[in-house]
Amino acid sequence: MNRVLRYKSFQVGSFGLLLALVPLLVTNRYYLTVMVFIGIHTLLVVGLNLLMGYAGQISLGHAAFFGLGAYTSGILTTTYHVSPWPAMVAAVVLTVTVALLVGIPALKLTGYYLAMATLGFGIIIHICFKELVWLTGGPSGLVGIPTLGIGKIMLDEPKAYYCLVWVATTAAIALSLNIVDSRVGRALRAIHDSESAAGASGISTSRLKIWVFAVSAVYASVAGSLYAHFITFISPSSFDFMFSVKLVTMVVVGGMASIWGAVFGAATLTVLPEVLTTFHDYDIVLFGLILMVVMIFMPQGLTRGALDIWDKYRFQRQRSLLVNR
Amino acid sequence: MSINRTSLIQIWTVLYLAAALVLSGCAKKEEPKVPFKIGGIFAITGPASFLGEPERNSMELLAEQINEKGGINGHAIDLVIYDTEGDATKAVLNATKLIEKDNVLAIVGPSRSGTTLAVVPIVEKAQVPLLSCAASVKITTPVKKWVFKTPQTDVMAVAKIYEYMKAQGIKTIAILTVGNAFGDSGRQQLIQQAPDYGFQVVADERFGPKDTDMTPQLTKIRSLRPGAIVCWGTNPGPAVVAKNMRQLGIRIPLYQSHGVASKKFIELAGEAANGIVLPTGKISVTKNLPDSDPQKATLMKYITDYEAKYNSAVSGFGGYAWDGLQILAQALEKAGNDRAKIRDEIEKLTNYVGVSGIFRFSPQDHNGLTKEEAFVMVKIANGDWQVIQ
Repeated sequence: MNRVLRYKSFQVGSFGLLLALVPLLVTNRYYLTVMVFIGIHTLLVVGLNLLMGYAGQISLGHAAFFGLGAYTSGILTTTYHVSPWPAMVAAVVLTVTVALLVGIPALKLTGYYLAMATLGFGIIIHICFKELVWLTGGPSGLVGIPTLGIGKIMLDEPKAYYCLVWVATTAAIALSLNIVDSRVGRALRAIHDSESAAGASGISTSRLKIWVFAVSAVYASVAGSLYAHFITFISPSSFDFMFSVKLVTMVVVGGMASIWGAVFGAATLTVLPEVLTTFHDYDIVLFGLILMVVMIFMPQGLTRGALDIWDKYRFQRQRSLLVNR
Repeated sequence: MSINRTSLIQIWTVLYLAAALVLSGCAKKEEPKVPFKIGGIFAITGPASFLGEPERNSMELLAEQINEKGGINGHAIDLVIYDTEGDATKAVLNATKLIEKDNVLAIVGPSRSGTTLAVVPIVEKAQVPLLSCAASVKITTPVKKWVFKTPQTDVMAVAKIYEYMKAQGIKTIAILTVGNAFGDSGRQQLIQQAPDYGFQVVADERFGPKDTDMTPQLTKIRSLRPGAIVCWGTNPGPAVVAKNMRQLGIRIPLYQSHGVASKKFIELAGEAANGIVLPTGKISVTKNLPDSDPQKATLMKYITDYEAKYNSAVSGFGGYAWDGLQILAQALEKAGNDRAKIRDEIEKLTNYVGVSGIFRFSPQDHNGLTKEEAFVMVKIANGDWQVIQ
């Protein structure tokens, strides 16, 4: 086993251990519910980070994939009485198909044009959720989605659901860590830096871009299914343009091109508004202020920013040691 | 044998402690009792803030009034209110927080139908009474054990309009609804109830919440020559419909929903508002109600108190939360701090005269309103409401 691999499995292992401790120490359903939402958001953001942070392709329509996952699961289990796990697989298949159909033409675009195309796609899907009343329940939403179960055990307690969501999320993190350190990951970063240079060195850029787009759509679809089965009710307003923007914010705040950054970003943006409710009417102002401060002083995101501060501290200590000697 | 100094001090300490214990036991009776903790979740910010803000204000106003009078059986009311921003995820988090962390006795809200339906499974499982401020019929049909609601439903509004239209001798109708939860729920009811009154729906058109021109839909409707047009929406769409009808010279009678029963609609539609007939909660027409109306005193008090405190015009929406807390206060008076008993007492309540109507709850009816009391039909004339008797 080489050193990198051992280091990585150590990271994932200790992260998993830390997560396993949470339900032993925390019994309050509220905190566990918050943790479930952090898990779902992390799953989404890890996927989006592969696309945005590593391959450098912006998507302003990611809420659509999240919604497709949620609605496919929701519709199949309520209207057509399919059991939840096959429905989840069907949701992934449908989402990947849509991602390929949209990705093949759209990923030929770059920069602002790609942002516009994905934005348009997100809005179209949102309109479909709202207007296909016979299928989606329209703006009033879809009620009565069953909770997930393994065999005869129903995962209807936040604690059980916490375990499920974080097993899925940890698996996604481990997979992503492997992707970014593989040949594919290096190719993705090459595309980020210069598409022409990457192409010149023999990377099939268009195929790889579509591939990573589809992978991030799969993550979003699974997150959507998990979300639908957890809150058992979905309506179009949870999958609108603002949610796509929120996901992009999570990626940027956490730190582009950093898997652990995605975890930080999702956790910060989920927990912060909850903590700030103690400030009543000023919570939104404070929220905005904190985001501004983070972006001004840590433009690389929280993870990079924290590491920079640590490096600076170490550098200064070493220098002072040298001076004193 | 003399008692040394340390043991003397010890004896005195014990005596003092005993006295303090006895005294504190006596004094405890005069201390205020533990407050009743009540939760509120409203869409205070975001697209539905027009609902959430007056709801929060009304609830705070009423809690203040109750506490000034010495609370409920000596227990003050302690409100914990959170903002959902109209978002289902936030609503779920807020409801869980109220139940698990703040340990409230009951919850008033959420403001919207979607957010209410999202928190219903949570309160049902945790067994906490919920008094929703949202309109959808789905909230209380089928009846859910722990869920009640205070606003009138679309079922009643549609029935009220249809009853009036039938008396006018109308046979065919065209419906024009907005593409949001309010319009969607109204559309379902308009289609479902039409056969009961012998109406034929000849056109079923929709418009977007932000559309600024409805002439295509209206031109299509005109060619079908219906006896009346029923428009179901919230501002500003319905005002555009009224204006477009004037511009196109369509002389078919126009009926609107209670979604536009505010001065804002008359402002937006201007001259075109005159002649429109719609159902509305009594609050919009309080000053035009006869003194014999059983709700008039309640309404007058609510309006004057609200406008005095917040210095802004009252809307029917705040009344939903006002009614919710009033009902809860009456239940608390009999039940004390026991969630199951509070629920039972709410279900037994049969004579509460509120802002939105006279509530008569029963195990089969967790809304408790009837269309006769909850709505009046009004006609807009010279920019003001005229009650149709």
